[in-house]
Amino acid sequence: MIELQDIRKSFGDKEILKGVSTIMEPGKVNLIIGSSGSGKTVMMKCIVGLMGVDAGKVLYDKQDFTAMDEKEKKVIRQEIGMLFQGSALFDSMTVEQNVMFPLEMFGKGTLKEKKARVAECLERVQLKEAAKKFPAEISGGMKKRVGIARAIVLNPKYLFCDEPNSGLDPQTSLLIDKLITELTQEYNITTVINTHDMNTVMESGDHIVYMYQGQKQWEGSNKDIVFSKDQKLNDFIFASEFLREAKEMRQLELFKDGKWREQLKKEQGEK
Amino acid sequence: MEFKFFYHFGNFLLMLKGMFSRPENMKMYWKQFMQQCVDIGVGSFGIVFIISLFMGGVTTLQTAYQLVSPIIPKSTIAQVVRDTIILEFAPTLTCIVLAGVIGSKIASELGNMRISEQIDALEIMGINTKGYLILPKILAAVLMIPVLVAIAGFLGIWGGKEAGVLSGIISSEQFMQGLRQEFKAYNVFFAMAKSYTFGFIIASVSAYYGYNVTGGALEIGKASTTAVVVSCVLILFMDYALTAILL
Repeated sequence: MIELQDIRKSFGDKEILKGVSTIMEPGKVNLIIGSSGSGKTVMMKCIVGLMGVDAGKVLYDKQDFTAMDEKEKKVIRQEIGMLFQGSALFDSMTVEQNVMFPLEMFGKGTLKEKKARVAECLERVQLKEAAKKFPAEISGGMKKRVGIARAIVLNPKYLFCDEPNSGLDPQTSLLIDKLITELTQEYNITTVINTHDMNTVMESGDHIVYMYQGQKQWEGSNKDIVFSKDQKLNDFIFASEFLREAKEMRQLELFKDGKWREQLKKEQGEK
Repeated sequence: MEFKFFYHFGNFLLMLKGMFSRPENMKMYWKQFMQQCVDIGVGSFGIVFIISLFMGGVTTLQTAYQLVSPIIPKSTIAQVVRDTIILEFAPTLTCIVLAGVIGSKIASELGNMRISEQIDALEIMGINTKGYLILPKILAAVLMIPVLVAIAGFLGIWGGKEAGVLSGIISSEQFMQGLRQEFKAYNVFFAMAKSYTFGFIIASVSAYYGYNVTGGALEIGKASTTAVVVSCVLILFMDYALTAILL
């Protein structure tokens, strides 16, 4: 479990995070959403320790990460896997070597066992056939899957994904979302995803934090989001006519008798 | 301008301090060090070979052109070529060329790793990136550049001899006799002292600029150019300082 307690971060005079608190539970896909410049990337970097916080606490299973020295942070970091927006694969290594790298650096066991683990992870992301290829030789979606394989190879307790669907076609995006959700449930990982993708929000969001101008504007699940009356959230999530209609359909799905739609229309009529 | 200098100098010292921590896995650090030795040593051998041969040849021809007096023995040409190459050309000229070859490679490699978040990925894994990425490069440069300078010295003198013999300026025997006249081993020590210093400058300065790149592809190019320029200026400055101190 990851707990944020009133975290704050500024760059010069500009306050980027204005006291954000939330709890991210294991076995759930936790999403951080918000428009560009809302502070979600800074928030994620503060959680994983790539940036220090000015105030507040980040707790990993009740342990204060912000108060730890580098040696203690290293121990926590070995339990973290991260998928970067651009995949961040090592160019000079093959797919197999990329996945093997964390195991070689920190893993225990024989070379045979390590190779078996790499094969297992590549199998899990359906990339066994690309093991000997270099990152430059594979597609964007495949790179993301290699990134996921590398992130899970050490059996992390926490998985962070920075915009996992950026630059991918809708079909590949769905595949990545499905994979992350399955892994989260399979290994009871605390997964935190920073995303703009509405499919991810609606399909995978067990717990969603909506950031607006450095503050937590709304919090809930993908089931709550369709009934939210928060105007800023609705403007962000259901920005187009198509998405507004999709929202209504989801509401109908959730209330199969259809009464909700009538009530919704009634409410809109009253306004 | 001064403040900018102190800012970079302070950050540079912090980078050097940050390199020293207990390696997460000694075997991986060793592998990285050996890889860098191959990249820096073997990877730069071709250019060192070419510039050394021509450097020696040109030195012989130009020395012969200037020593026209009949009272100066021909073997003096070899003596002048030997000392010029050992004292200056092999360490300084080679290192200036290596600053371009190795320095730009280190700066652009680290810059690209920074921009594409590969350094962040290593940090997240709990690896001391300064220790894993920069320290092996500096150690490899400090080890391999003196080796390249020594090779450049031998090749330069050999190139000088061949150029002299082929152009009919000096015979092979006269050249070999000149090489042995008044040879000072201290000059070799001086050349090695310079090459260790220059090796450290090339790797550390380039790593500093590459590691701290912010922005995009354009900034990688800028960092690479800055790394080479600053390395060359520092090499020339330290060349003067070491000459004033050691000779």
